[in-house]
Amino acid sequence: MFMENKASDGEQPRVGVYVCYCGMNIASKVDVEALRQFAEKLPNVVVSRTYKFMCSDPGQELIAQDIKEQKLNRIVVASCSPLLHDATFRKACAKAGLNPFYFTMANIREQVSWVTANSAAATKKAKALVAAAVARVAMHEALEKKRVPVHADVMVVGAGISGIHAALLLANAGKKVYLVEREPSIGGHMGQLDKTFPTLDCSACILTPKMSEVKNHPNITLWTLSDVQEVSGFSGNFKVKVKRNPRFVKLELCVACGQCVEACVFKEGRVPDEYNIGLSKHKPIYMPFPQATPASVLIDPNACLKLSRGKCASKCVEACDRAAIDFEQKVEYSEVEVGAIILATGYQLFDATKMPEYGYGKYPNVYTMIELERLVNAAGPTQGEIVMRDGRKPKRVGIIHCVGSRDKRHHPYCSGVCCMVSLKMAHLMRERIDAEVFNFYIDMRTTLKGYEEFYDRVLHDGVNFVRGRVAEVTDWAMTPGEEGKLVIRVEDTLIGVVRRIPVDMVVLATAMEAHDDADDVRRKFNISCSKEGWFLERHPKLAPVSTFSDGIFLAGVCQGPKDIPESVAQAGAAAAEALSLVDKGFVEIEPNSAWIDADTCSGCKTCIPLCPYHAISRDEQKKVAVVNEALCKGCGTCVGACPSGSAQQKLFTDQQLHQEIEGVLNYV
Amino acid sequence: MSNLSLPQAAAGNGGFEPRIVAFFCNWCTYTASDLAGISRMTYAPNTRVIRVMCSGRIEPQLILAALRKGADGVLIGGCHPGDCHYQVGNYKCLRRFKLLKRYFEQMGIEPERVRLEWIAASEGDKVQKVTNEMVEQVRKLGPLNLAEAPKPHHQAAACAVAAEGAVS
Amino acid sequence: MRYLYYPGCSLKGTGKAYDESLVAVFDKLGMDAKELPGWNCCGATAYMSVDETKAFALAARNLALAEQENGSDPIHLIAPCAACYLVLNKVQKYMAEYGHLREVIANSLKAVGLNYHGTVKVRHPLDVFVNDIGLDKIKAAVSHPLKGLKVASYYGCQVVRPYAEFDDQYNPQTMDQLMNALGADAVDWPLKTRCCGGTLTGTVEEAGLRMSYILLKEASKRGANIMATACPLCQFNLECYQGKMRGTFGDSIDLPVAFFTQIMGRAFGLEAKRIGLQRLFVPVKAAPAMA
Repeated sequence: MFMENKASDGEQPRVGVYVCYCGMNIASKVDVEALRQFAEKLPNVVVSRTYKFMCSDPGQELIAQDIKEQKLNRIVVASCSPLLHDATFRKACAKAGLNPFYFTMANIREQVSWVTANSAAATKKAKALVAAAVARVAMHEALEKKRVPVHADVMVVGAGISGIHAALLLANAGKKVYLVEREPSIGGHMGQLDKTFPTLDCSACILTPKMSEVKNHPNITLWTLSDVQEVSGFSGNFKVKVKRNPRFVKLELCVACGQCVEACVFKEGRVPDEYNIGLSKHKPIYMPFPQATPASVLIDPNACLKLSRGKCASKCVEACDRAAIDFEQKVEYSEVEVGAIILATGYQLFDATKMPEYGYGKYPNVYTMIELERLVNAAGPTQGEIVMRDGRKPKRVGIIHCVGSRDKRHHPYCSGVCCMVSLKMAHLMRERIDAEVFNFYIDMRTTLKGYEEFYDRVLHDGVNFVRGRVAEVTDWAMTPGEEGKLVIRVEDTLIGVVRRIPVDMVVLATAMEAHDDADDVRRKFNISCSKEGWFLERHPKLAPVSTFSDGIFLAGVCQGPKDIPESVAQAGAAAAEALSLVDKGFVEIEPNSAWIDADTCSGCKTCIPLCPYHAISRDEQKKVAVVNEALCKGCGTCVGACPSGSAQQKLFTDQQLHQEIEGVLNYV
Repeated sequence: MSNLSLPQAAAGNGGFEPRIVAFFCNWCTYTASDLAGISRMTYAPNTRVIRVMCSGRIEPQLILAALRKGADGVLIGGCHPGDCHYQVGNYKCLRRFKLLKRYFEQMGIEPERVRLEWIAASEGDKVQKVTNEMVEQVRKLGPLNLAEAPKPHHQAAACAVAAEGAVS
Repeated sequence: MRYLYYPGCSLKGTGKAYDESLVAVFDKLGMDAKELPGWNCCGATAYMSVDETKAFALAARNLALAEQENGSDPIHLIAPCAACYLVLNKVQKYMAEYGHLREVIANSLKAVGLNYHGTVKVRHPLDVFVNDIGLDKIKAAVSHPLKGLKVASYYGCQVVRPYAEFDDQYNPQTMDQLMNALGADAVDWPLKTRCCGGTLTGTVEEAGLRMSYILLKEASKRGANIMATACPLCQFNLECYQGKMRGTFGDSIDLPVAFFTQIMGRAFGLEAKRIGLQRLFVPVKAAPAMA
């Protein structure tokens, strides 16, 4: 009964159905020829064709040709997910002169051929979905995408190497960039590393020039000690509220001479230094690290006597001849409008105390890899001298890979970089202190350019490799030779023997993991996280830096473990995506907003409080509800609630959905 | 008594393939469903997914229409609480769903024929699991023939109906 | 909290001292934990290896019996023997996870007029003492602080593995905390959960002896003057074979090994006989504050 109705716009529908083989992706499960024949017999269908790849140019050309020659006014493509190719085929329709919203897709790949074991069942399911699409498309209407101007500025959140790189690219392209960083300095984890693999160039030497470029760039507004509080608006027109914590030092006046730090009433450091992972201590007034950017000291309000107790001789104030210290600074809030946002919030490292079998926190000579980075660094707590917590120099070092990663109890994923970091560190330990080094690995993963060669080099350096997951690190000595050592117990799976290897120092290559507050952050930006807590990209292959929220892009490790070159490449991609959005000058908005039929609306006001965007108001004269289209985001919640069916949503009208229901049920 | 219809379960459900209409929200569950495909997770072929922008769009009439037009069950998928792309649409869906389940009981339709699940975009495996469970669940319940007069489900109602039969 | 006490076979045999001391400690702490009426074998070690399903059914019968005692609160069933504790926990988990096993067990329970809904909580006394009773209350009950007693807390393999219900799997702490609360010093040592040799001591004696010897040797080396256990088999292996170890390894080990409940009883000032001290082969008298 349903198809015989004329379409909503009064015109008799002439539907073309195009079934895609997608190579063998669909055709190996779905009998596409049978599907085509089935579609041909559906009401209103004028043409039904199959093609190897509908998304290819010739595929799209088929549609265009039929629109012209067969006078088609409705198009259905049965292929992949609309989330992937809706836009492609809409464009093809538009190119042939058909309003692009006279089109719909049937998802017979992601939701049929790829998930169905049985071929007959897959074909049957595909038929149902095609019938639904044909039924639905008859009810489609011509719609226009609304164009909204975009704000040309961009915000980058997180100023590690990824955020820095993305910000610089955008700033160099002439865009104004807000770079927001919650730490007192930019630089991120890369700033803590000693050498970078596989080329062994010094991390600071390649990072600091970029840091000062950020500082000096006229197009970059840098906010350190700052957090994003709230994000509202949509792609092209975000409003972001940023909380800026006080530094208690006037940035514009401080020249980082360090006189104040010298003068502080505390003669010794008393706060564990984050930059050195607590291996050293700093005073309440301190410089985060020598190359910190902005180059300015800051005051830790919890440790400073003046700020925490209100009483101090304030020697720092006396010492500063530029009067830069300001105890009166307060939290400030800044609200800015930006067109695009790049998230480059990075990662944290797995807490090694969660694996007590490795003795971190229990045995002083068990270190994490990042601690060792600081220990070997010339600007580190020991000026680069490798001495352990007990004052000894290690002669034998055991490096344990995969701590917290590739482990179902913690993170099942491979953290990606740890093999190379461990190799680099093994090399440094050989080179710097001629230590005997053991690397304990599950599998060696050295896949990128120059990595395998580096592994080979380290093998020839005389580093020992033991294949097996370490069972435990213990101070239980079984032989006199083990007395006073840390014993690594491991099954050497290559020789099939359980070994006890005594060492002086144990280094744990801890996994990269999502920040503890990643879930709060993603909620603020209205994006998703993968199971492991990494921010979820829109498509793993074709939209790897986009998110499900248009206008919000991802760079670096916040999306998943990666090393420096990959992070930089991804930051470049995110910058390009952001640029292509804000440079265009406008965004087009999907015309799926709601409207209310004033003739039938009873003015009951049910819909008004339901709208999360306050887009519905009541016209007091006509006594009906009215949707402000500019505010409506197209969720359809009001439509679902309207008792009289007066509220409707474009592209998801009651009629269209009912046709779809009938289509999936009644034709197969 | 010639038109005595056997209880469906007793009629044997061996060959019965349930038809399930699924309403999935665009941002979480539909995406998860695509992810299940990308990850090549096979599952029961009985669901027919209808995409909506938000689970908040799903109104009881759509669910009832699906059942009336021949579905044996309806599955609804939305974003996890707190994750709704439109802030709160999933909560509205949940409220309607709870009311609808009560209505189902009164109508003599097994409430297990409808299921609401929060499935995040990353949970392809959950689409697989929930779909399979739902299909098995409905398979056990047997076909829903709404065209036939619904049998009273509530004990009191059944009692009343039985009494009525005795009088006539 | 409503408790029932499931002693298991060992506590009525070789581990009699565990039973006596535990009941005495319950009493001292004012806990109502009567013995589960009609209990049977938990289905541990040997049975589990021969016929797992039957072993599970046996274990489940105990749980079903305990469930009958449920009042408004579910019963907490205290299983002091490490093997009983593990098996009872295991059957709970397996029943929750595997539908077919749940059915088999339900049918076998039905055959004897029982059923089990999974509401009983299986608890180890260490867990109950530290997390329910609390260290403060225990400290308050101490009349004879165990000054100078250096305890190697030995948890054995089954109390925290594979189910770490109440303590860390690799570095458990509850017994150490308990010992410190009694005024003793818990010795930091790395072999708290390393195997004592288990049934190996009865089958491949030398291997079993060696495993026990490693534990005793390391505990002594770390300065312990007593070892506390939470398992009757561990206690048996570690204590009764010390003479044999002397012959086998030519090394004199002389370390008392007591149930942790006996040490508690001592600190609470309970009479030696009530807590079964006379049953120990290696006299505890040598250890400070234990005489």
